Amino acid sequence: MSEWIDACAVDDVEEEDLIRFDHEGRTFAIYRSHENAFYATDGLCTHEHVHLADGLVMDHIIECPKHNGRFDYRSGEARGAPACVKLKTYPVQVKSDRVLIDIA
Amino acid sequence: MSGASGMIIIGAGECGVRAAFALREEGYGGPVTLIGAEPHLPYERPPLSKGAAAGAQKIIAGESRYDEAGITLRRATRVERIEANRRQVALSDGTTHAYDKLLIATGAQARRFPGMEAARTLRSLDDAEAILAAFRPGARLAVVGGGFIGLELAATARERHVDVTVIEAADRLMARIVPAALAAMFEARHRAEGVALLLSATVASVGEEGVVLADGRHVEADLVVAGVGAAPDTQLAEQAGLAVGDGILVDHRLQTADASIFAAGDCCNFPYRGGRVRLESWRCAQDQGTHAARAMLGADEAFSRTPWFWSDQYDLGLQVAGLPDPARPFIRRDLAGGALILFQLGDDGALLSASGAGPGNAVAKQISIAEKMIQRAVPVSAGQLADTGTNLKSLLKG
Repeated sequence: MSEWIDACAVDDVEEEDLIRFDHEGRTFAIYRSHENAFYATDGLCTHEHVHLADGLVMDHIIECPKHNGRFDYRSGEARGAPACVKLKTYPVQVKSDRVLIDIA
Repeated sequence: MSGASGMIIIGAGECGVRAAFALREEGYGGPVTLIGAEPHLPYERPPLSKGAAAGAQKIIAGESRYDEAGITLRRATRVERIEANRRQVALSDGTTHAYDKLLIATGAQARRFPGMEAARTLRSLDDAEAILAAFRPGARLAVVGGGFIGLELAATARERHVDVTVIEAADRLMARIVPAALAAMFEARHRAEGVALLLSATVASVGEEGVVLADGRHVEADLVVAGVGAAPDTQLAEQAGLAVGDGILVDHRLQTADASIFAAGDCCNFPYRGGRVRLESWRCAQDQGTHAARAMLGADEAFSRTPWFWSDQYDLGLQVAGLPDPARPFIRRDLAGGALILFQLGDDGALLSASGAGPGNAVAKQISIAEKMIQRAVPVSAGQLADTGTNLKSLLKG
């Protein structure tokens, strides 16, 4: 079952960057790639409870702002110590300049 | 002698653990033995001064990951000596074990200066548990040393309503690595949180009643913790005849003069930008652990990763990339929300260091960009660094 929610406007996220999106006690990260595609993952690093939104995006990699854990935000795959647990990803669609994510 | 020889790593801290896993990631199929003196499963040390209490400690890897990777983890085991001529180590249980390559990752031990013998120090999980157990509301804590560990501990103590006095010999906090303007932000914050800061204050003695200063003042305390730096644990290396000078001397590959022995992390002294340094850094310990593993397998690459440090005190976060040079001017970049970054340029027209502080992780993105600029020696001007209208990330991509 899907549960699509409106996360933000397309223009809320700069290219090759991300923002934090909180919803009903959960926190997500919404990404806009340098190719202008949108992605969503859990908002906290799997290594420690740190908001990824303060981290740096380079190409398709989000780097944890604290401990240099890196993830490919398209697949959630961890790309090096200290992070070794995959980041959960969520389906995304863009409709009328709004970014929707399926948090089910 | 027992067992087939392989890779032996002395020290099961961040560096040793990373090296053990990196050997496997690099495809090494022989025996890997990781030897640690502590009884605990290897854990992360940075959270200790930030209030991670008993049971809440962060392990580096669960036990099953060692099993899956085929890493033999020997806990509560001391290496008595390295017998370099026989390429073997003798352990506290009386056994000896041969190695093809040996990595010394013994880290550092808390330092105490004369007169401070009665002070506690914070280095291990057991230290942290003993200290945190004394953090009751109204208890009096005296911290000797206004560096990262002492100040993080002071912040943790204030959050638990402990009365805190910090005694620092220098005229400001964190003088070893942090630029004065950033240290001042932390000084103001500690004072606002009710910490009594005694700067330019020298300790004469530590006793049951607290601390006696050189000028005769008394600081009454129920608990005295010294955070006055750490000394590299080089005893085994020295006994084995390896060269030591503020750390075990290694070359660009992290190899000692003995081609079978490498050293990495807080215990080693390595070449950096034409000089030599020893770092006490979580990130460096990881980077060098990975590098040493590759070098043990024959890779001939120079270790050149940019140093990176951080500290958390209250909700203020500090990050430093590169090694700030106190003799060089700082270029200031003010960010939103009171966050501040101070850059330094090197003689080559590239970034030398970037130090930032602000609420939470406000400086993280910029420091991460700066770290990559330092690493890649990206040319940049003082004007670009100071101007918040200049997108530093675009320079990185240039």
